[in-house]
Amino acid sequence: MNLKIVNYGAGNIKSIQFAFQRLGYEAVLTNNPEQLLKADKVIFPGVGEASSAMKKLKESKLDKVIPELKQPVLGICLGMQLMCNYTEEGETKGLGIFDVDVKRFSNTVKVPQMGWNTVKNLKSDLFKGIDNDSYMYLVHSFYAENCCQAIATTDYELEYASALENDNFFGVQFHPEKSGKTGEVLLKNFLQL
Amino acid sequence: MLTKRIVPCLDIKDGRTVKGVNFVDLRDAGDPVVLAKQYAEVGADELVFLDIAATLENRSTTLDMVLRVAEQVNIPFTVGGGISSIEHVDALLKNGADKVSINSSAVKRPELINELSNKFGSQCIVVAIDAMLIHGEWIVHLAGGTIPTEIKLFDWAIEVEQRGAGEILFTSMNHDGTKSGFANEALSKLSNLINIPIIASGGAGTVKHFVDAFKKGKADAALAASVFHFGEIPIVELKEELKQQGIPVRI
Repeated sequence: MNLKIVNYGAGNIKSIQFAFQRLGYEAVLTNNPEQLLKADKVIFPGVGEASSAMKKLKESKLDKVIPELKQPVLGICLGMQLMCNYTEEGETKGLGIFDVDVKRFSNTVKVPQMGWNTVKNLKSDLFKGIDNDSYMYLVHSFYAENCCQAIATTDYELEYASALENDNFFGVQFHPEKSGKTGEVLLKNFLQL
Repeated sequence: MLTKRIVPCLDIKDGRTVKGVNFVDLRDAGDPVVLAKQYAEVGADELVFLDIAATLENRSTTLDMVLRVAEQVNIPFTVGGGISSIEHVDALLKNGADKVSINSSAVKRPELINELSNKFGSQCIVVAIDAMLIHGEWIVHLAGGTIPTEIKLFDWAIEVEQRGAGEILFTSMNHDGTKSGFANEALSKLSNLINIPIIASGGAGTVKHFVDAFKKGKADAALAASVFHFGEIPIVELKEELKQQGIPVRI
């Protein structure tokens, strides 16, 4: 399988590569549009701050390439947030793949949310074999609002979209690469889409 | 619901686990990777690796260990010990560490917290604080709790949050190693004062101590070493008991 990770200087790439390696697949980093267009599956990672991440995407014109991809694409954490319309973090316009905005948790809860929380209202083949109320590992201060493109929700301060789907595009707020066996099931499902 | 985290801490020297690891059925309890996988298997929520003899010379050994852990372990882990530069943090994160923990270097140069959280994001910057209760005041200590400063715990915790830390790892020197329970009063005060997660450390001896750290101390996570390493408190049983007590845990 031709599996590519969008390389735009986002952190924690190693963990994603290792997670696929444990499943027997090699995930290769690239910022080359042609290679991304030719891939069977594309991972769009992201750790860090939204506006500077978007700036880096634009510098390499990847902001134009990613929305054009026709194969299954999985955005993880900030990757998912950048695929939304807009994020309050750095007042950043996103790629508009998911028709939803990203907001900051209020200070009525600890921010960032850090640790294991449950996912529910699971839809989509991405969650095949994963039970409602399974635990996933999350680290984030901003969240996508619950919307009709949500394929999973999580409760923290309020019920928000912890996974999104639109056509060939998927996004997860949690880190499947760090979510133990459940995360591995999700990554395997993605590879089989 | 977000669950409370149970965090085993492994002391590392020259890329090997040291002191007090006495797991049964392990071929090599000195191998951090073997131990980490075992802990992930029994339900630890994340791991902390503390390089207790960090020097410039053995940095590459630790980096190599981090890479091997990241390769084989599917839960998050933090690396701490002797970290004082952006370059060092960059190398640790690139090798697969999820978070780094800084301690003395942050006290000596608080701007380091801003620099690291700006560059890598708050979510991966843990500030560890060792403090001792002296004449009714919690005083921050350096170098593994051996050198007192003039800084007060609660002032420092507020500053650490404002400078962009994503989490605080608070160790009570009065409780560390005593197995008499966590510093719940100070923990609870910290939790009311700041709005980032707090990991309680120092004093774990019984299951009830963990219950108290979460209920009375309002901690978000509890860290311990020897009670886990020697199998005195099996994590599976600990989590079952926490659940019985109405504390949300991942089982």
